[in-house]
Amino acid sequence: MKRIADKFFLIYSFLIFAFLFIPIIVMVLFSFNDSKLTAEWHGFTMKWYSELFGASGIWTAFYNSVFVAVVVTVLSALLGTATAIAMSRYKFRGKSAFDGYLYVPIIIPEITEALSILLLYNWVGIPLGLLTVVLGHLTFTIPFAAIVIRSRLAGFDRSYEEAAQSLGASELHTFFRVTLPLIAPGVIAGSLLAFTLSYDDFVKTAFTRGPGVEMLPTTIYNLARRGGVTPELNALATVALLISLVFAFMWQHFASK
Amino acid sequence: MRSSLGKIRQNTRLKVVLLLSPIFLFLMAFFVFPFVITVAYSLGEVDNFNRLIAVTFNLNYYAKALSTTPLTIIAKSLWIATVTTVLCLVMGYPVAYWIGVKAGKWKSLAVLLLIVPFWSSFLIRTYAMMSLLTRGGVINTVLINLGLISTPLDLLYNEFSVMLGMVYNYLPYMILPLYASTEKMDLSLVEAAQSLGANRLSSFLRVTLPLTMPGIIAGSILVFVPAVGEFVVPQLLGGTGVFLVGQLIWNQFQSSVGSWAFGSSVSVIVVALVLALVMLYVKRAGGEGMTI
Repeated sequence: MKRIADKFFLIYSFLIFAFLFIPIIVMVLFSFNDSKLTAEWHGFTMKWYSELFGASGIWTAFYNSVFVAVVVTVLSALLGTATAIAMSRYKFRGKSAFDGYLYVPIIIPEITEALSILLLYNWVGIPLGLLTVVLGHLTFTIPFAAIVIRSRLAGFDRSYEEAAQSLGASELHTFFRVTLPLIAPGVIAGSLLAFTLSYDDFVKTAFTRGPGVEMLPTTIYNLARRGGVTPELNALATVALLISLVFAFMWQHFASK
Repeated sequence: MRSSLGKIRQNTRLKVVLLLSPIFLFLMAFFVFPFVITVAYSLGEVDNFNRLIAVTFNLNYYAKALSTTPLTIIAKSLWIATVTTVLCLVMGYPVAYWIGVKAGKWKSLAVLLLIVPFWSSFLIRTYAMMSLLTRGGVINTVLINLGLISTPLDLLYNEFSVMLGMVYNYLPYMILPLYASTEKMDLSLVEAAQSLGANRLSSFLRVTLPLTMPGIIAGSILVFVPAVGEFVVPQLLGGTGVFLVGQLIWNQFQSSVGSWAFGSSVSVIVVALVLALVMLYVKRAGGEGMTI
């Protein structure tokens, strides 16, 4: 009886994983297919990739998306770490309310936030560009980074810091030489998440980028909307996916530390 | 003694203020204040260029947002988000249970396989689903080659393809927090229940389910909330047949004929509904000490 139940769970889980992966695998496979038709195999080719990267717009989109994500990551790591440290170490009045304040931006539908920030830019008169995308992403990447870093601070042993200070290290010195190295895996994990959230974001990016500013997700969306399924788009999506995969593996590496 | 304690307290307060004021001010400026502007727009007077002239507290845009057509769209979006959440929970729970409790040597591989879709772009995964379902796509080609059908099926651009796309995209968001709580579950409690005579069903309902409640709550919120405002899935997989509130809002801002004030009022209604439903849900499910 127990044996049968165990088998059921194994087979069922395998089927769910197949469901999650088959569409992606098929898409990647057909990005190497030597035919304009997207569903019959005509042999291996790399031509869609060379065509793709021959188009200059794609490079700009890649550059813009990575640039925004890097700036977002650095700022999220800084503010996320400061927030996580304050929230995990100190007791203060209004702490649970502040917790709620941090959670709200990540539990309301993204499109409602996206339009409100567009209204802000319009009202203040800030011209849309890459900077406005960065500011738009930060409202959700900082709280997410703070949550990840804070969860790593939960089991933090403060005796190392006390030892450093009783041996005469200043508070600042203790932070950089003792605390930061100890929480580094958490900060890295939070940064990886911030990067991916920014790099993959479509809705807020679409609302906050300036006219004509090509970003990777908006390019992919426009191609899918206008041209439907094409081998070139399969290739572009595969390359974009590859970067996300690298981040997933790095996350797994730092998450187990 | 007293004064040094006072000094430590003052020092702590200073540190908290220094550490938290950047995020506090940032969210005030780029989250709270924009939302105030949204409310102002929804209650305001707007010119032909979507510029806010005055906040007159007129309720015209709310009246328009609550008229039959937009209200039906909002209701349909809530319905599709609810069905998506329930399907993800029912489909995902056994997987989370397997990974957290039974996977053994497969566990680290299974977790990695779960993280990959979780970390992959939503848009790309929606496109991948589109490439599978389209008329000239893989499913139709395989079925035709097998001789099962002679003309391609219209698998895309209907309610079925939207539901499939939603479940496909959101399933990892359900399984991951569920797994976090099945993994932490104390199995000896389940064994104790069974050795005290509880059958499988009642030990599941009365022990396993309550123990994994934090994961169920977190997973449901992570799926339901973004699903209500979902834009990409109905836009790419839904065609003209399925039109949800995310698309309604999008069109007000991304087309030249859209009304920002109307879009704002719809958005305010959606936010109020979502927050109310989430609070009600957390309260009813008894989610204390919930973590994402």
